[in-house]
Amino acid sequence: MISTFRPTHLLACLALSTPMLASANPILDGYKAEIKGSFAAAAGEKLYKTVGPNQLSCASCHTDSPKNAGKHAKTNKAIDPLAPSANPKRFTDAAQVEKWFKRNCNDALGRACTTQEKGDFMTYVLSVK
Amino acid sequence: MKLIQSLLMLLLAACALGAQAKYNGEDRGKPVMPSENNAKMQAECSGCHMAYPAGLLPAASWKKLMAGLDKHFGTDASLSPQDTKEITDYLVKYASNRWTSSAAPLRITEGEWFKNKHDSSEINPSIWKRESVKSPGNCSACHQGAERGDFNEDRIRIPQ
Repeated sequence: MISTFRPTHLLACLALSTPMLASANPILDGYKAEIKGSFAAAAGEKLYKTVGPNQLSCASCHTDSPKNAGKHAKTNKAIDPLAPSANPKRFTDAAQVEKWFKRNCNDALGRACTTQEKGDFMTYVLSVK
Repeated sequence: MKLIQSLLMLLLAACALGAQAKYNGEDRGKPVMPSENNAKMQAECSGCHMAYPAGLLPAASWKKLMAGLDKHFGTDASLSPQDTKEITDYLVKYASNRWTSSAAPLRITEGEWFKNKHDSSEINPSIWKRESVKSPGNCSACHQGAERGDFNEDRIRIPQ
């Protein structure tokens, strides 16, 4: 993977040095602008652990903590940690994020996720240190 | 005399057909790994499982499979229309070149060549169920070089 300099990297550096901005993420900001409300990590954590109609939850593949490396429930394929604190590449590409929300909400919950849910989920995963 | 002649012809034809139709016409391509890689195919398929070489299925299988990614063996594996097209084109181009049957299974494990190579006299069915193997789709559990297209029998190691 070729790493290019992006303004978001600069933002990330700023965020690291300024605790107030610790959760700044442009994708999350986009969701926030859509709902014109706020997100809660607790709601995101609940969603992460919700077992849906297919007897699957996020935790089925991503383990009990988004900080851990996971394993695909069906194929055994290794999955890199979901939490940016353990894997900084996560939640940096909007198309990837949308692709996986579409797939995984369908698989784990049997339906699409709302913007509120995506924001809550991201708020939780971003908060895991 | 005429009868013998036509019988002989029939026999010859049957032999030719038999030689042609190894594994009932459901044979993997050669070479298994295409010389040309597709980065998108590698990245997207391996998001969930090994990026299986295109030569393990016929073109008709890949077309069907790629048209139903939103219901991919019970999982939503949908891609953007552009990515779907690019990957389909690649898989179709490098699909098995030795598959003559009209059968177009969605699972690599349903092809005759696969069943023949992995039958129960070779591999005890309980091996597939081991936690370290999990499913016949997990090639690299036993074929350590599978990701590089190396399925050589001499380099198989069945894990405990």
